[in-house]
Amino acid sequence: MAMLHTVNKSPFEKNSLDSCMRLAKASSAVLLIEDGVVGAMKGTKHSKNVADAMANISFYVLGPDLKARGLSEGNVVDGIKVVDYSGFVDLAAEYESVQAWL
Amino acid sequence: MEDGEQIIKEFMYMNRKSPYGTIYALESLEVVLIAAAFDQDVSLVFADDGVYQLMKGQNTEEIGMKNFSPTYSALGDYDIKKIYIEKESLEERGLSLDDLQDLKYEDEDDDWAEKDSIHLVSREELAEVIDQQDVVFSF
Repeated sequence: MAMLHTVNKSPFEKNSLDSCMRLAKASSAVLLIEDGVVGAMKGTKHSKNVADAMANISFYVLGPDLKARGLSEGNVVDGIKVVDYSGFVDLAAEYESVQAWL
Repeated sequence: MEDGEQIIKEFMYMNRKSPYGTIYALESLEVVLIAAAFDQDVSLVFADDGVYQLMKGQNTEEIGMKNFSPTYSALGDYDIKKIYIEKESLEERGLSLDDLQDLKYEDEDDDWAEKDSIHLVSREELAEVIDQQDVVFSF
């Protein structure tokens, strides 16, 4: 079953993203929202883990949450797609279920 | 204590969280501005995800929250001149001081010359500064 995982906490503050990446099955997707968008950025000590996980999992990040924090869409890890709120809805509809990691 | 005599303590506000995801960053700023009215010796620290609070170019239009980041530039007017940024926290996030707001104050003892409020400090130096405080508030 293909699942959409949402992560709303910074990987610097909580291990939600790590747990999510560890337990998400191949062909599922991860959407980074709220403080979770920090995990999408290039050049951080977490960037490599995310880039590695992208071999099996699709990654998305919510654009409005990047903008709010002054984080540039052009500076996300290569291959992560930036979506807006309607893109969030599309993903929720596309995948069979949604799991929110807190 | 004699009338009119005032004890000035060193108050430090430790900011360690990203803005908007939680209320901590905004609450800290509110408390700092209130405390500044009491003529205490106030300093701010931005470490860990707290460094994201000072990011340039924040635009909260699409998340429907107030963008309070312009308020940081008013800290100088409240006589808050000591803002410490932990260097290692920036590095771990692939950030540099160029990504953050440039905060200044006007020095009344030096013909109102504009001076930097921001002090980039190493983890070791920050530990020293924290050690000298009377009170540290954690946000």
